[in-house]
Amino acid sequence: MSQTENTKDLVLDLKNLQVRFETEDGICYAVNGLDLEIERGKALGLVGETGAGKTTTALSLLRLVPDPPGVVECEKMVINGHDMLNISIKELEKIRGKDISMIFQDPMTALNPVFTVGDQIAESIMLHEDVSMADAQRKAIDMLELVGIPGERAGEYPHEFSGGMKQRVVIAIALACHPQLLIADEPTTALDVTIQAQVLDLMRNLRQQYQTSLIMITHDLGIVAEVCDDVAVMYGGNIVEQGTLEDVFNHTMHPYTEGLFNSLPNINDRKAKLTPIRGLMLDPMDMPPGCPFAPRCPYYDEKCDLPQEKKYVTETHAIRCCAYERPGFHIERKER
Amino acid sequence: MEENTNRISLDEYKKYKKRSLAADVWHNYKKSPSAMVGLILIVIIIVLAIAAQLIYDYEVDIVQQDLSQRFIAPNTEHLFGTDQYGRDVLTRVLYGAKYSLAVGIVSVAISCAIGATLGLIAGYYGGVIENVIMRFCDIFMGIPSVLLGIAIMSAFGQSLIVLMLAVGLVYMSAFARTARSAVLPVRDQEYIEAAKVAGVSDLKIIFSHVLPNSLSPIIVQVTMGVANGILTASFLSFLGLGVPVPAPEWGAMLSSGRQYIRDYSYLTNFPGLAIMITVLAFNLMGDGLRDALDPKLKQ
Repeated sequence: MSQTENTKDLVLDLKNLQVRFETEDGICYAVNGLDLEIERGKALGLVGETGAGKTTTALSLLRLVPDPPGVVECEKMVINGHDMLNISIKELEKIRGKDISMIFQDPMTALNPVFTVGDQIAESIMLHEDVSMADAQRKAIDMLELVGIPGERAGEYPHEFSGGMKQRVVIAIALACHPQLLIADEPTTALDVTIQAQVLDLMRNLRQQYQTSLIMITHDLGIVAEVCDDVAVMYGGNIVEQGTLEDVFNHTMHPYTEGLFNSLPNINDRKAKLTPIRGLMLDPMDMPPGCPFAPRCPYYDEKCDLPQEKKYVTETHAIRCCAYERPGFHIERKER
Repeated sequence: MEENTNRISLDEYKKYKKRSLAADVWHNYKKSPSAMVGLILIVIIIVLAIAAQLIYDYEVDIVQQDLSQRFIAPNTEHLFGTDQYGRDVLTRVLYGAKYSLAVGIVSVAISCAIGATLGLIAGYYGGVIENVIMRFCDIFMGIPSVLLGIAIMSAFGQSLIVLMLAVGLVYMSAFARTARSAVLPVRDQEYIEAAKVAGVSDLKIIFSHVLPNSLSPIIVQVTMGVANGILTASFLSFLGLGVPVPAPEWGAMLSSGRQYIRDYSYLTNFPGLAIMITVLAFNLMGDGLRDALDPKLKQ
């Protein structure tokens, strides 16, 4: 990441994203100064617990944060060469679905119940490609076959499909126009484990086929290890640790990431107690000026109450934590 | 890929095309006996109305008076009897179907087109737009509907077109309210957000995603509206404000037969029955249509 920008083929270039919700009860700081870069064809895992701002980040990339009460401020947001900050609604509608697309968490509600699945895929194709209705429907059937659903089921309604099949349809819709950037918001959370594996397999294959970049939003570290090239760990509306899969998983540096890994169940010792991260997620209405994780951090000292700078440990690995300024500091990862 | 496309385009694509929305709805609709009764009744009424136009001459059969034939009770020659001017009641009831059907259908088309569109926009956008539209409708609803009808009729004069417009405007705000409340739960569904993500424009989302999902209450409102429209038109005619007098509008017939109700009740019974059957037929059809349009109720 210390390379100059013009040498990299970036699908997403996001600088200093801030999202806040101005409600009557106060201002809720959902995302605070987030930077994100994704190279073409790469997959980034966005990890963090509930309320860390993962979905809000995704929605603000699509300019879909409800306004009011949402306020999105950003230094730079470029998606596949389009400046998303100064753009008309018309252009935005062209970019959505064509350059950037999203898979929603719950396949049960992400499909319109009154249209056949074939029509729903065809609609998205009709919007972005100059084809006739018949061609769009034929393409829709191809997409269905691609995600492993027999083409003759295109004329059926969403309620006639199982959950896993609905999620495949949702994926087919999202990929119908071969977007350059795909955001998957916990795509497997609503599915059982066997279907999860199938859906992840499918997404990986399709991604390789179409060179699509992916932001995988999840709280499941196993999925990240399986699918992603890079990982960004979010806490309190910002990225606390960012790097390649190898950096974050094997050379964990941030105390929060450490806590995440330590709280995983131990497969070798089934009687072992789970180790949660103590404390609760902080209230986004009442953000501390310093490190958001400080109140829960086992390595807390006074310096943590100052604003934290993003520091590169290696070329690819960045953290926001001042503890490494202390001589000889290291975190304690449980051995498995 | 190429081979794949060819295989689908021949057999499966045809199979897929066969199931159009209209065919699906009809397939479900015909399963309900009561809905079919409603549909058959409406078809019969329409056929009779058209036949009456072709068979009877307005000047000779409908309005020409023959005082020697006054107040003949129903018999084989005059199935519904004759009225105080010696006109055949059956002929007049059949001929009058066109007024009631036209007023019922056109006035609902007017109120649904304006009201439902306003309601959809109000429900989808919310905020200031919703407040302005809905408060406007509230003001409209605050005026008693009969009074509003009378006001419009007396301001623009008595004619069939004005009657349709008056009835249409009276029920407009009811449509706006129904449409808005039907949109509210649909608006926040994930598939609407998914449509936005796919790049669908707001206008298209409102009419092709939100509307079909909030259609059932609107359809019920439409069929009730046709029935209500017929009744309101009859009522205005009854007050002497509807279709001008010699025309055999059912409400006007009720009104003119009212003074003889003690001695010659058939003068009011038959037009009243005609109104009742027509209204019932539309209600039955509306019920069946609502069920048929819901894909989840499909077997």
